[in-house]
Amino acid sequence: MKYLKVEKRLVTPVWFSGVIPIFAIILALLTGAVFLNFMGVSPVKAYLSMFKASLGDAYGLTETIVKAIPLAMAGVAVALSFKMLIWNIGAEGQIFMGSLATAAAVRYFFVDQPFIMFWIMFISASVAGGLWAAFAGYLKARWNVNEIITTLMLNYIALHLIDFFVYGPWRDPASLGFPMTAPFPDAARLPLFGDTRIHLGLFIAIFLAIFFWALLKWTRWGYEIRVIGENPRAATFAGINYLRNAVIIMFISGAIAGLAGMCEIAGLQGRLQHAASAGYGYTAIIVAWLGRLNPLAVLFVAFIIGSLLVGGDTLQIVMRLPLSSILVLQGLLLFFVLGGEFFRRYRIRFIKRGDN
Amino acid sequence: MEKVISAPPLIHMENITKEFAGVVANRNIDFDVKRGEVHALLGENGAGKSTLMNILYGLYRPDKGHVCIDGKSVSFSSPKDAIASGIGMVHQHFMLIPSQTVWENMILGLEGLPQILPRKEIHQKIIDISEQYGLEVDPDAKIWQLSIGEQQRVAILQMLYRRARVLILDEPTAVLTPQESLHLFKTIRQMTAEGHGIVFISHKLDEVLSLSDRITILRKGEKTGTVQTQNTSKEQLAELMMGRKVTFTVARKSIAPGKDILKTDNITVLGERGLPTVKNISIAVKEREILGLAGIAGNGQQELCEALAGLRPLKEGRIFIENEEMTHRSPKQYIDRGIRYIPADRKGTGLVPNMDVKENSILKKYWNKPVAKGPMIDWKAVFTHAMNLVKKYSVSTPSMETPVKNLSGGNLQKLMLGRELCDAPKALIAVHPTWGLDVAATHFVREQLLEERDRGAAIFLVSEDLEELLSLSDRLAVIFKGEIMGILNHPEEATPELIGLMMAGTPLSSIKKGAK
Repeated sequence: MKYLKVEKRLVTPVWFSGVIPIFAIILALLTGAVFLNFMGVSPVKAYLSMFKASLGDAYGLTETIVKAIPLAMAGVAVALSFKMLIWNIGAEGQIFMGSLATAAAVRYFFVDQPFIMFWIMFISASVAGGLWAAFAGYLKARWNVNEIITTLMLNYIALHLIDFFVYGPWRDPASLGFPMTAPFPDAARLPLFGDTRIHLGLFIAIFLAIFFWALLKWTRWGYEIRVIGENPRAATFAGINYLRNAVIIMFISGAIAGLAGMCEIAGLQGRLQHAASAGYGYTAIIVAWLGRLNPLAVLFVAFIIGSLLVGGDTLQIVMRLPLSSILVLQGLLLFFVLGGEFFRRYRIRFIKRGDN
Repeated sequence: MEKVISAPPLIHMENITKEFAGVVANRNIDFDVKRGEVHALLGENGAGKSTLMNILYGLYRPDKGHVCIDGKSVSFSSPKDAIASGIGMVHQHFMLIPSQTVWENMILGLEGLPQILPRKEIHQKIIDISEQYGLEVDPDAKIWQLSIGEQQRVAILQMLYRRARVLILDEPTAVLTPQESLHLFKTIRQMTAEGHGIVFISHKLDEVLSLSDRITILRKGEKTGTVQTQNTSKEQLAELMMGRKVTFTVARKSIAPGKDILKTDNITVLGERGLPTVKNISIAVKEREILGLAGIAGNGQQELCEALAGLRPLKEGRIFIENEEMTHRSPKQYIDRGIRYIPADRKGTGLVPNMDVKENSILKKYWNKPVAKGPMIDWKAVFTHAMNLVKKYSVSTPSMETPVKNLSGGNLQKLMLGRELCDAPKALIAVHPTWGLDVAATHFVREQLLEERDRGAAIFLVSEDLEELLSLSDRLAVIFKGEIMGILNHPEEATPELIGLMMAGTPLSSIKKGAK
């Protein structure tokens, strides 16, 4: 008789670390295929149409990038806080605050000068998102208030704050009753690439990812963050100030998410409206994990998840599947990739039951 | 128990081989335990003692070889099988439930008990066994109320309650006072007189020599010999353990200590549960001296050390470094003033297991030149620094990029020691610096400590190894329940009995009074 034995791996080969996520994605797609089959849809057809819509042509590709921008920025944002074991799941709310601040900047501090206006929006959005998150960071570090709950609750506050403005004082009289502000003037819009919907946010996202990757790797501060994340006790032992770093990392995390909010409304939507973010702040958590909290990997994963979102839209339209089925596919992906982590650290061996 | 006259050995392990991921933990080892004997299993850490016993206890399955009980071949797939065959193991960390009573722990995991527990019967049985073997314990006491020594008694009782005929004791004296150890030895002799077999795992040569009938020595997974205790000597055992001759003593020059470096004034510190675990302690560690701290584990040593390193806030009292008041300063300020700390918990506190050797080597200097260049870290300089450290403190590591979780205990300790000593600290707090190290590494660490002392460092040494404390300390303090029972100015003149009394809570002053 044979039985299974789980053993800890002493070393994990590099190639193996690379193969696992690919294998996990394949397994997720296969499981998803079973599910699609139950929905009465041909999995092959569904996956093909998803692929075509998101990566198959130039238009699909640009749409994928458009979705990947906020995912990448919010992904980098939460990855940074996760790196320090602070579970900021409030990127969604920080995106909202960033977009709210952007709209406020456009309304009250408008300068008809794109370059200056960009920086006014940039600072407003990052400070608003940053403070929103730093508040939760301070509560966590000072009084050990669970940041998962505070950041999550702050999301709802931010959501309703936006609603308050777009349903109330900021509503565009010309919007025929829709909850949205007036369109932003051109100077408050981010430049687009050609006739695509891709905006300057792409560069901001890439820059931020590289910048923070380098910061973590090469600076004293990055070292402190990594030590705290790997072993908080050792960090205290080394004299690293937890409180200060917790507030700083949350401010940065929130600021990046806030910028994602700015890019969404100044780059894409051109106005503030109800639910300015389509759940990017939550999806970013998946992006950050799949990217193993590495900002550069987050860029790449954001692109993949972006294509999944675009492909999912197609499934909704072409195959008439409900949105929730796309979420199931995403969930499967996360499940398998995170489950694969287990095999990076352990291996399973078949052992013959000895009969002496 | 059936009567067997010319009995086969209780336990016979033959040709045991066990590999873990290509590393041989046991190779062709024979081991047996006879009725009524204490068979000591001696070896350094990593020699394969635990692996061999875990095989016997059913936790691991041997790759090769077999185990016989009473001459019958058996194959255990879990400790349950082993217990059913009469094998009991008392681990270093007892598997007891602190919030339950002694008698509740006694029946833990026992099968076939009636739904309504026969309390009286259980009580009676506990009392019978404890009287028979001199294991006094109150069946209704909760485990957390008992001292470590008493908990160990409960753990042994638990095995006897399950009719264990062979008891495996894994480093049982590590947690005991000298008096408690003697008591344990008495119990062990009682058990062997009743026909039980005892496997006594240890790396302390003296106690193995005084207690056992036979000794089996393991080195690097192989058996280097089984000897009759009466025919052997400490030197022979050490040579079998190490594969070469070993010196036991470290030469301690006598030098005059200097001024106070690290001083506490009536400090009280709270433990994890919010209760005072250090009470009104005033001590001073001087330049060029090693102040030892003896005490049974869990009497406030940890909290005291953390307070001395600035890591644990003071409830009351003050701390000084060379007359500068440091009360309520941040840990960083302690580090900047030259206080270094070797915590007991290497992987949990002292090192970052997932980070590599070079990243760990700068934990206490990443903000200083040449490692830091402004806000940046110069990884080339870090590499050079790590290389030097590894060379100077003979850390054996495959590379500077190896995560330290892959290093052995001895190498972890050397790395940490090197890191804490490399900046010529003013004071060093060292907790169990040689815990779990092999003889060579232990010797190395002790020599380093003495070297630092001669250089001028004030060293506060906490250890559970009395021999270590006596051979290294210039002065020796004894702690009990968070209070200092007294400081011996000439520890080499103190007897283990005296220190044992203090460890058990008698202040030095009242011992002296009694002697007069």
